[in-house]
Amino acid sequence: MKPFRRRRRGGICATFEPGEAQVLSSLAGQVVELLRDRSGTQEADPDPLAAELGLGAGPTLPPEDPVLQRLLPDAYREDADDAAEFRKFTERSLTSTKAANAETLITTLVDSGFDPGDESDRPVEVELSPDQVQAWLRSLTDVRLALAVRLGIETDDDALAVHESDDEATAAMADVYDWLGYVQESLVVALE
Amino acid sequence: MTTPAPVELDEPDVSSVVQLEDPWVTIVWNDPVNLMSYVAYVFRNYFGYTEEKAHELMLAVHEDGKAVVSSGSREQMERHVQAMHEYGLWATLQQADA
Repeated sequence: MKPFRRRRRGGICATFEPGEAQVLSSLAGQVVELLRDRSGTQEADPDPLAAELGLGAGPTLPPEDPVLQRLLPDAYREDADDAAEFRKFTERSLTSTKAANAETLITTLVDSGFDPGDESDRPVEVELSPDQVQAWLRSLTDVRLALAVRLGIETDDDALAVHESDDEATAAMADVYDWLGYVQESLVVALE
Repeated sequence: MTTPAPVELDEPDVSSVVQLEDPWVTIVWNDPVNLMSYVAYVFRNYFGYTEEKAHELMLAVHEDGKAVVSSGSREQMERHVQAMHEYGLWATLQQADA
């Protein structure tokens, strides 16, 4: 991978190996699915189009899934009634915005030549528009938040400890988590 | 389109109005996931804070566990909290004296 950098003409670019593009695309796709499950099953909406567009009253209770809890947190910490009321009128919109950001990330990769079925080792070079930059920043954050919840990272010390894990799957996931942090850091720095 | 006819008004006494209700605040909480550079980026770009102020607020979140990043009306703070959640930051709002 070549991390994000700003070209002389101003474009924000990075180059991913096909396997790296696959990881990004797959994780972003999982976030989309989680969010879709949330907007699809809650308190059956008579108007699916309104639900899809993030309109109309949404759920009042926080999600049970801990990843969704982190992606869609309460806006009021002390007052459950205020939190429920706020969630009712904003969660749909937040859910669809987050799903759209993740889909933008996937689309950018596909438009830059990423093909999940392709066995070739042709690298995927992306150049992000200002709108795509914003979607990537937010989507990389959501993916990292999701992985951190699955890894049980709740403190700064946890973030270091997961690498020492004897469990190979956990250690591998921790590597992906770190790599995503590296990708995001390079994007933030390229914007400065 | 229209323009209002000029009228002469007494200056409203703002001081008594703004004190009717306590101001609300947006609080951003520390989490072990978000990058320090990203949090400062969000404070600069969303709130329009200077690099120095954004950095200061980011450090306050990191070191004190939370920081008040904005204050104003409840509606404004609700918009800010929603925006922070879109960025993936963990934010809440509450009354300033709560």
